Amino acid sequence: MTLNTNLKNILLVVFTTLILSACSTAKKSGIIEGDVYTGSETVEYLAAGVPDRVFFATNKSSLTTASRATLRKQATFLRKNKNLNVVIEGHADERGTREYNLALGERRANAARDYLMTYGISGKRISVISYGKEKPVNPKSSPVAWSQNRRSVTVKVN
Amino acid sequence: MIRLFLLNFFFILSFSKLFALIEVDITRGNLDPLPIAVSPLHVDIKSEETKNLKTKELGAKISEIIENNFKNTGLFNPLKKDAFVQKPDIAHLKPRFEDWRLIKAQALVTGKLLITGGKLKVEFRLWDLAAAQEMTALAFTTTPSNWRRVAHIISDKIYERLTGEEGYFDTRIIYVSETGPKNQRVKKLAIMDQDGENTKYLTLGNELVLTPRFNPTSQMVTYMSYFRNMPRVYLLDIETGTQEIVGNFPGMTFAPRFSPDGKKIIMSFAKDGNSDIYTMNLDTRVVERITDHSSIDTSPSFSPDGKFIAFNSDRSGLQQIYVMRSDGSNVKRITFGKGIYGTPVWSPRGDLIAFTKMHKGKFYIGVMRIDGTGERLLTENYYQEAPSWSPNGRVLVFYRETKAGDKGKGFSAKLWSIDITGYNERRLLTKTDASDPSWSSLLSK
Repeated sequence: MTLNTNLKNILLVVFTTLILSACSTAKKSGIIEGDVYTGSETVEYLAAGVPDRVFFATNKSSLTTASRATLRKQATFLRKNKNLNVVIEGHADERGTREYNLALGERRANAARDYLMTYGISGKRISVISYGKEKPVNPKSSPVAWSQNRRSVTVKVN
Repeated sequence: MIRLFLLNFFFILSFSKLFALIEVDITRGNLDPLPIAVSPLHVDIKSEETKNLKTKELGAKISEIIENNFKNTGLFNPLKKDAFVQKPDIAHLKPRFEDWRLIKAQALVTGKLLITGGKLKVEFRLWDLAAAQEMTALAFTTTPSNWRRVAHIISDKIYERLTGEEGYFDTRIIYVSETGPKNQRVKKLAIMDQDGENTKYLTLGNELVLTPRFNPTSQMVTYMSYFRNMPRVYLLDIETGTQEIVGNFPGMTFAPRFSPDGKKIIMSFAKDGNSDIYTMNLDTRVVERITDHSSIDTSPSFSPDGKFIAFNSDRSGLQQIYVMRSDGSNVKRITFGKGIYGTPVWSPRGDLIAFTKMHKGKFYIGVMRIDGTGERLLTENYYQEAPSWSPNGRVLVFYRETKAGDKGKGFSAKLWSIDITGYNERRLLTKTDASDPSWSSLLSK
C-alpha cells in the first residue's frame, strides 16, 4: 500500500516535471499563441514603433488584443499624418482553397480597416485589397510560415 | 487571334448495324483495358506536300495521337505496332481478322488520308475482330493544319462507339501557367489541347491572373485579373483576344463561372468584408444579387439545367457546401462529414458534385450526389483543389501543390486528372508549373 502510494507520488513528480519542461520549451520558441503569430520576424514599420501588420488565427478574421494595440498605434500615426492614405492588404495562408482565401483576405483587411475607423480615421483614407494566398511573405510550408502569412498589412499609398 | 475554331469539317458518318459485340465497361476503370490495334493511316501516294508538314509521316503521327488518347483513358491497351500483321492500306480495305486476333487485338482501327487541292481528306474504320465486322466508319475533309484535331475527332468517335459515352479528346484545357519562386510567382493564362500539345499563352504575366473558366457553349473564357491592382472578373474571347471587365462593381469580384447556357456569369462580389454571390447577364448587362448573408458566399456553380446553384459558404462557422435554387431561395447545406468542404462543381451530367475536402491536414478531391449523400473521396494529398469536369462527366482535372522547404524550395504546382471511378490518376504534362485548370466542351460538337 505505502509502496504503491510512494510510487504514485514519484510518478506524479515525474509527470509534473515533464509538463513544466514542455511549457518552458514552448515559451522559449513561443512565437505563436493560439494559432496567431506573435513574433516580429516579418514585421516592417510605418514609422518608429508603428508595426505595419497584424496576424490572424486559421480561418479567422477577429483581432487579437495585440493586433488591436498595433492598430491603435497605426491610428495615432495616421492622425498625425493627415495627408497620408493607406491600402490594407489582406492575406491568407496556403492551406485553403483559392477562392475562399480571396474572400477571407478581404474580410481580414476590412477587420483592420473597421478598427482604424473606430479610432477616427476616415474610411476614405483606407482602401483594401485581398491577395488571398497569392503573396506569401514566407514561402515555407510550416505552421510558423502559415501564421506569418495570415496577416493584414497597412501600406502607405502616397 | 487564334483562329482554330473556324473550321469546316464535313462529316460522312456511317454506322453499321447496331448488334456489335465489343463494349468497354467504363465503370470499372483500368482493371481490364481493351486490347486495341491502331494501324498507321495509309498515306495516298498522290498526296501533295504541305508547308511545315511531312505528309508521308502524317498517317503514323495521327495513329500515335489516337493511341496516346486511348492509353490515357486507362480503358484501352493500344498494342505495339511491330506486331502488326498487315500493311495499312490492305488492312483498311478488309482486315484478315484471324491474323489480328492472333496478336490478341479485340478491336482494330484503320484509315487512309489524301492531301489534294490544299485539303486533307481522311477516312477511318473501326473493326470488331471477334465478330469480324466493321463497327463504324467516318470520312471527313479539313485543312491539313488541323491534322492533330483529326486524330482527336477519330479518337472521340471510336470512344463513343466502344463505350456508349461521348468522348472528350477534341477538347482543350485552359489553366494558369506559373513560373518563378513561390513568393514571386508570375502567372499567365495558358491554353493547350487536352493531350498537352499546342500550348499558347493568352496573357503576358504583367498582372496576377486566377481561375479561368470556359464558357460551355463557346470559346469565351471568364477569369480574375489584378489588372491595375483592381481584382476583377474579366471576359476573354480567345478567338479574337478581346477582353472586357464584367460589370461595374465597387470592389473585388472573383470566383467566376458561366451559366450552362453561356449567357450569364455567376461570381462573388466582396464589399466591406462580406462576399455574396451575383450574376450578370452578358446580353442585357443586368446584375442580380443571389445571396445576401453576412458570411462568405463564394465558388458558385450552376447545375447543368440552370435551375440550381451549388456554392461555398462559412455561414455555419466553417467552409461547407450549400445548394439553392438559381434565384437564391431554398438554401440547403449538403455537407455534414468530418472536415471542411470547398469548390463545389456540378457535373455536366447533373448527377454529381465534385469538391475539395480538407481534413486533418490533408486535401481530398471527391464527388457526392447533389443532396450530399454518397460521398466518395477519389484522391488524398498534401494539397490539391479546384476540380474541373471533362465534358462527358467521366474525368476530373485538378491541381496539386507540393510542400515547400525553406525559401520555398521544392515547391511545385502541377495538373492531374482522375476518373470518377477513382482509377487512372495521371499527371497532365504542362510546359510550366500549372494551376486552376478548366476543361472545354467538345470543340466539334
